[in-house]
Amino acid sequence: MSKEITKVEGITKESTQQMIDKVLESYPEKGRKKRAPHLAPNDQASGCACVKSNKKTVPGVMSARGCAYAGAKGVVWGPIRDMVHVSHGPVGCGWYSWGTRRNLMSGINGVTNFAMQFTSDFQEKDVVYGGDKKLSVLLREAKELFPLAKGISVLSECPVGLIGDDINAVAKASAAELDLPIIPCNCEGFRGVSQSLGHHISNDTIRDYIIETREFPEPVGPYDIALIGEYNIGGDAWSTKPLLEECGFNVKSVWTGDGEMEKIAATHQVKLNVIHCYRSMNYMCKVMEEKYGIPWIELNFFGPSKIRESLRKLAELFDDSIKEKVEAVIAKYDAQMQAVIDEYRPRLEGKKVMLYVGGLRPRHTINAYEDLGMICVGSGYEFAHSDDYDRTAPEMPDATVVYDDASELELEQFAHVLKPDLVASGIKEKYLFQKMAIPFRQMHSWDYSGPYHGYLGFPIFARDIDMAINSPTWNLVQAPF
Amino acid sequence: MANNLGLAVKPVTETPEAEVRRVAAWINTEEYKEKNFARTALTINPAHACQPLGAELAAHGFEGTLPFVHGSQGCASYYRSTLNRHFREPAPAVSDAMTEDGAVFGGQSNLHEGLENAYALYKPKMIAVFTSCMPEIIGDDLTAFIRNAKQKELIPKEFPVPYANTPSFNGSHVHGYDAMLVSILQTLTEGKQVEGRCTGKLNLIAGFDANTGNYREYKRILEAFGIPFTLLGDISDVFDSPNDGVYRPYPGGTRLDDAADSINGKATVALGTYSTSKTFAWIRDNFAGKHAALPMPFGIAKTDALLMQISELFGKPVPESLKAERGRAVDLMTDAHQYMHGKKFALYGDPDYLLGYVSFLLEMGARPHHILCSKGSKKLEKELNALLAASPYGQGGTVYINKDLWHLRSLVMTDPVDAVIGDTHGKFLARDAKIPLFRFGFPVFDRVNLHRVPLIGYQGVLNIVSTICNQFIDIVDETCEERHFEMMR
Repeated sequence: MSKEITKVEGITKESTQQMIDKVLESYPEKGRKKRAPHLAPNDQASGCACVKSNKKTVPGVMSARGCAYAGAKGVVWGPIRDMVHVSHGPVGCGWYSWGTRRNLMSGINGVTNFAMQFTSDFQEKDVVYGGDKKLSVLLREAKELFPLAKGISVLSECPVGLIGDDINAVAKASAAELDLPIIPCNCEGFRGVSQSLGHHISNDTIRDYIIETREFPEPVGPYDIALIGEYNIGGDAWSTKPLLEECGFNVKSVWTGDGEMEKIAATHQVKLNVIHCYRSMNYMCKVMEEKYGIPWIELNFFGPSKIRESLRKLAELFDDSIKEKVEAVIAKYDAQMQAVIDEYRPRLEGKKVMLYVGGLRPRHTINAYEDLGMICVGSGYEFAHSDDYDRTAPEMPDATVVYDDASELELEQFAHVLKPDLVASGIKEKYLFQKMAIPFRQMHSWDYSGPYHGYLGFPIFARDIDMAINSPTWNLVQAPF
Repeated sequence: MANNLGLAVKPVTETPEAEVRRVAAWINTEEYKEKNFARTALTINPAHACQPLGAELAAHGFEGTLPFVHGSQGCASYYRSTLNRHFREPAPAVSDAMTEDGAVFGGQSNLHEGLENAYALYKPKMIAVFTSCMPEIIGDDLTAFIRNAKQKELIPKEFPVPYANTPSFNGSHVHGYDAMLVSILQTLTEGKQVEGRCTGKLNLIAGFDANTGNYREYKRILEAFGIPFTLLGDISDVFDSPNDGVYRPYPGGTRLDDAADSINGKATVALGTYSTSKTFAWIRDNFAGKHAALPMPFGIAKTDALLMQISELFGKPVPESLKAERGRAVDLMTDAHQYMHGKKFALYGDPDYLLGYVSFLLEMGARPHHILCSKGSKKLEKELNALLAASPYGQGGTVYINKDLWHLRSLVMTDPVDAVIGDTHGKFLARDAKIPLFRFGFPVFDRVNLHRVPLIGYQGVLNIVSTICNQFIDIVDETCEERHFEMMR
């Protein structure tokens, strides 16, 4: 599916490199050396990463990265709705990550869903004497107060690892005592260089403690699939899952948006894994492929072009009945999507967008903007690895700037040069750009809107992008006096 | 490898609907409440954050100051995004991004590299360093590290680098605020005391207060008095800066010169005795002039106390304009009292806020019924109980110290109230209890501009009374039978 080489008027490899060099001038020598390999013009034809990634954040540089705990709690474990997720350690990490990622959940709060904050609220005495005893008491209390919880995850924060507590032993003993899956996840924030390691560590715990511990009662069918790396931000899974079902698939489990522990535990029985967020869950697709022979496919559910392309790619792996259904679905929604494009494209044609997000969005959303007539002039990830950048190169116009673990100063300087009509990034960047009178959408959380995935999501995405760029409020920024 | 826990492989099952209904009813019962209150190890939905967040807020309150987290990068991101979400404003801060090797070898090299980069890139006038968990556990010595950084000339020798130890495993954000504030004042005022010099100014400290409107209100009150002042830790412009198309990383804050000269002030008033206790103790021993620590001025009596204190310290009468304002506040309270009289409230939040809410509600004839602090002390419990005991409307009110919002949920389900006062995190329990939540605390993630509306002083009385009473009236309009739907309320 390689695209033609696309160019943006006024942007060349030289102009982009010049812009990068100018930014690097602000750094002291050592910092400059460290940051330079993370900034480069895209080489669309090469199809491989033009920047270094997954390296330590440079100290003192305003990074947007989170930590391993954030990846484990916020991304992988947190969205599983029917488990109690204990933030084991001091109060803060759990408090900051409480309800802030918008992974929506069905069920009744405190009864069948646990979108709450559970913590051992470490005190000095726990640091001195260890928190293991407290943990086993806590697990008993959780089981008693939340009898319908299908399991408990224990996500360790920095001090737990530093003082050498053995949460794995506590989890094992407590699991036997309470007859409940209790999953220890050693995702202390100091591990690794970003939240990415937290995804990996969490995936390993799903591999070691969850998968294959349940079985679906009904026989395995030819269209049984699992949706991997879909976190139900603003209800995304409630758009993608029904879409796949409309195409004839049985989506047996979703990892992990609005997820259910038991269905995740039985995923080894599906025929195919469909992965959306490659970064956070490719490890598990690979594990399931090796161990259970389950193939996997990467799809992109942002914008009609990519949805169409993705569904056809998926149908290719199945029989004619699926192919027919997929074509019918595409035909049905194509008309609706065209109406959305007809409405918004005239107002967005030629507008430039700069992206800076995590996970899959810095590449997956590019085409959705293009569907609306927009141009991506810069993109980058908070916590990607080089395989993400390999996948980004063909999607981004040639010679546009790629930035890895961008600092606030870099983004700000690039925006001064590139003059984007929209910046699509996170909460930490939002207000900075809005003060610069640059329209902005939060692309971690859909700015409290959504869903953005699937055919249900695109009209909302288009409306939001139009709303951001064409809001009359921007015209008021310059005072007439 | 599967099933490492040794549990039997089971089929995927759905929880029966009847069982879901049973548990959903059970969690609202007295029996459940007892079990819930018997917890000793598990905390559910706490109403407090950790120390470094408060330290960052304190640091933002000073001109050109870059907050600097010595510790894991993720911590800094969490504090920043919390402040971004509450204020809907930028919150520039850096971290020295310690990882595993930092844990093994200590964080000095991270700190040094971080200071060098941050100083060059973000051109601050001051860098305020505070710790998150990791360096606290491994015992990094900030005093030595920063001294060494200056010796190595990574930052200029005279460049102010206040620092505070803010371990997340004790206290809460209010303690972190206190620790960083006192360190900033110690650093800036060092060697600045001049024998015989008096600036003639009042130093005012607002305490941990994430309401920019409150800071503006303090300034307005002092301007009405005509008293020269320095508001220490002033976040009003920092977190409520104009949009004119230019991003400024440091759009306000207390001028560093003014903060340095505050040691020669005529008087110092610290508001919020719980979030300024260390700072106040140090000021009392080291600053020139007179000093007073007062509760946050919520409601009439506590605002009166502040004005009388200022009046006494400066020998100036309370200005006529404020007297009139007081009169208007009392007038609107008497006009509106019927909508709040006897109404029961559940309250939670920081100690200083709670004392203010209780005092104000009692003045309105409302009943503070469940009062909960998830990080408090015996002293706070005593003080709150004394407030309740002093008013007939305080009878029946109960104080819960070191309990969390899941405890509070049990309380409001078994012993109902008419409304809750707290931060956004209480919205789940308020919804379950089908009562309104008045977001007068921190953080507020789900409403716009509330941090811009002052709650302190006589103006705050107007805002609080209007918000609460009108919401109660809305509820009557929305829920009454058709035949009771009337023009007038």
